[in-house]
Amino acid sequence: MSQRQVLQGVISLLRPLLLDVVPTIQQTAALALGRLAYFNDDLAEAVVKEDILPQLVCSLSEQNRFYKKAAAFVLRAVGKHSPQLAQAIVECGALEALVICLEDFDPGVKEGAAWALGYIARHNSELSQAVVDAGAVPLLVLCIQEPEIALKRIAASTLSDISKHSPELAQTVVDAGAIAYLAQMILNPDAKLKCQVLSALSQIAKHSVDLAELVVEAEIFPVVLTCMKDSDEYVKKNGATLIREIAKHSPELSQFIVNAGGVAAVIDCIGSCKGTVRLPGIMMLGYVAAHSENLSMAVIVSKGIPPLCTCLLEEHEDHIKAAAAWALGQIGRHTPEHARAVAETNVLGTLLSMYMDIRSSEDLQLKAKRALKNILQKCTYLPALEPLLHDAPPNIMKHIVGQFSKVLPHDSKARRLFVTSGGLKKVQEIKAEPGSLLQEYINTINNCYPEEVVRYYSPGYSEMLLERVENYQPVL
Amino acid sequence: MAALVRLETRLSRLREEYFLKNRSVDEDRKIVYKAAVKIQSWFRGCRVRAYLRYLNKMAISIQKWWRGYQSRRYFRKMIKTAYFIMKMNFYNEMAVRIQKRWRGYYVRKYTHNYYALKKYLEAISLNNEIVRNELQEYAEMNEKKKKKKDLEKKEKEKKYKARKMHYLLSTEQIAGIYNSPFRKFPDPMELLLRQSKPLSHRQQQPKSPFTYDLYDWPTCKRPPAFPTGEPLPPIGRQKPQGPFRDAAEVLRQRYKPLEPTLRVAASISSPLEKAREEMKREEWRKCIHDNEFLPFSSYHKNEKYELSIHASEKIGKETYGIKHFREVQPNKWIAGKDFQTVLPSIVLFEKFGKTYSKAGQIV
Repeated sequence: MSQRQVLQGVISLLRPLLLDVVPTIQQTAALALGRLAYFNDDLAEAVVKEDILPQLVCSLSEQNRFYKKAAAFVLRAVGKHSPQLAQAIVECGALEALVICLEDFDPGVKEGAAWALGYIARHNSELSQAVVDAGAVPLLVLCIQEPEIALKRIAASTLSDISKHSPELAQTVVDAGAIAYLAQMILNPDAKLKCQVLSALSQIAKHSVDLAELVVEAEIFPVVLTCMKDSDEYVKKNGATLIREIAKHSPELSQFIVNAGGVAAVIDCIGSCKGTVRLPGIMMLGYVAAHSENLSMAVIVSKGIPPLCTCLLEEHEDHIKAAAAWALGQIGRHTPEHARAVAETNVLGTLLSMYMDIRSSEDLQLKAKRALKNILQKCTYLPALEPLLHDAPPNIMKHIVGQFSKVLPHDSKARRLFVTSGGLKKVQEIKAEPGSLLQEYINTINNCYPEEVVRYYSPGYSEMLLERVENYQPVL
Repeated sequence: MAALVRLETRLSRLREEYFLKNRSVDEDRKIVYKAAVKIQSWFRGCRVRAYLRYLNKMAISIQKWWRGYQSRRYFRKMIKTAYFIMKMNFYNEMAVRIQKRWRGYYVRKYTHNYYALKKYLEAISLNNEIVRNELQEYAEMNEKKKKKKDLEKKEKEKKYKARKMHYLLSTEQIAGIYNSPFRKFPDPMELLLRQSKPLSHRQQQPKSPFTYDLYDWPTCKRPPAFPTGEPLPPIGRQKPQGPFRDAAEVLRQRYKPLEPTLRVAASISSPLEKAREEMKREEWRKCIHDNEFLPFSSYHKNEKYELSIHASEKIGKETYGIKHFREVQPNKWIAGKDFQTVLPSIVLFEKFGKTYSKAGQIV
């Protein structure tokens, strides 16, 4: 508590220094305030309470560029902590001053102003709307065209923060003509800039089909695919996010991405990364496969299933495993061909174990169960179903047995295999309530075989035979 | 006459006979009457019954004929509908056959075209291969570029180090550390040293404050290097030579505040001058016109008399704002806007005389 009082005392000492005659002292005092407020949100609140902000805002319009940079830094530091502090900044009229700074000649000043606006707009959509109403967006689009890389980065990040909240804000950014410049900047070699640009485009594209189509019309494909091979991990992640946001809206967009070879690029990217960087790529494959069976087949043909299986096995985080399970479910649920392709990789056992594992989170269990159900309902590939018979819980068992009951009546080789592999014995051991669906399936299976065989495999047959031996009257 | 006698004898009994006869007739009359009525009624009944039977038969025959006619009509209708239904069924059946064939063809050719799908998937795998190859090439190119950059950086560092350590170069008499006599050939560092130019101990220019990014600001890596209020030195300045005075002294001298003497500090004009000025001001204020008074009255006889303001204006309504002194005819205008008064310069003419050599320059 005392430390806090000391620090608040420091702020009240720094405040008069802001009005000092010597410009260097003003600038250094502002810088000190900014650094104090940056790391501690109590201090940021203290800065707001001591009414330092109106002074800063007034002097923002008058002073030289170093002071403007320092003042913009203070506003940024205060605005980053919480929406209430950002609201306080907006209320003291800082937005207009910052927007005027965006028109300054010095790129450092523009950077500081754009960064402060970005941190304010990040919190919620009302603050973003306030930033847009102050007329920041066209100036930010001009900033993006400037030659300095740092300024481009910050302007792209601010546009991304503005457009992420709602479709109307994204439409405002698009109307200012931002997409064309952002699309050009994907080719820039700087990794952090690419990150921000891809993030901005994905925030624009995520809201609706029209915005996604606008982004696609800016001819980002196939340039975006080169980002998937970048050495920086976050560029790969943001590139995969952008492709995911575009693919999820409609089958036509997914078709377009598949035709451009996007699926191959994303699959390679998943194979080469580890951890949360893979997540958008996995989700993208799931979205593409979910739209139609042709697209799902395209994903399978592009060798998409092995990386997903490795993801499921290797990853430690539950949410990534859940996403991989969901994606596999979307791929395998369309037709028996798809289900067979998924089942051939022996991933059904992994899904089942994940569903049964108590340590996995609820989300993972739910997604694994759904994926398993969807695949099983279409799976006619019996060698993959066999191992599941032994471990599955009753609600999954009925699907498995159902599938057997659909295939066995028609295929004699499969029947033979079923018997020799011990499946028939296992089926007899299942206890089902009479009249339930499971019992019907079991009856259907039993009807495929002659009675003696069924009796042979029913539990307790040996005891029954011995009893008969005991009760037999020998014929003399 | 005998009859009449007989009749008279019977006359006395006549009344009795007459009465008895009437009585018997009366008595029979009812019976006979009833009998007659019965007979008549039975006969009438017969007649009516016969008539009714006849009517019945006729009605039956009409109805029979009518019913037959209706039923035949209905039957014909039924036959027609049955025939119609049969025909429709037949047509439906044939239509189903056609539609079956058509739908199968259409679905197989367009909707679920197996071969097209197969080709499409093959094309996708081919395209994927191409894309993968290209991306691989791109990644390799990037790697190479990066490696090249790293190599170049290392080379640059080495060269800089060699320049700094130029003094380690071996001379004729003394072998340097990189040129040991026991080696077969000198160390590559020695060769580098031989090639490099010695680094002069010129002070490096301080890095301008614009180059470090704002990323450094929040972390206290460097103290803020705000430049002082000095302006930049002029380009091509010769370094001044000679012993200099102490900078503080010089600045003190340069910025010494003004200490005017009393004479200077007092106002420039003396009281006498101030009074004179005041008089002049008064005169100027009171002066009505600038013409000086002439000594002789005939000097201004040739001058024309100037009307005063009140007399020189026409009597009448003020035309200001009401009458327009220039006539306008809007239907004769060629453009809606007024003409530009300042024309833009013509770029070509600006270049006139400047793009060629001095020989052609216009004086």
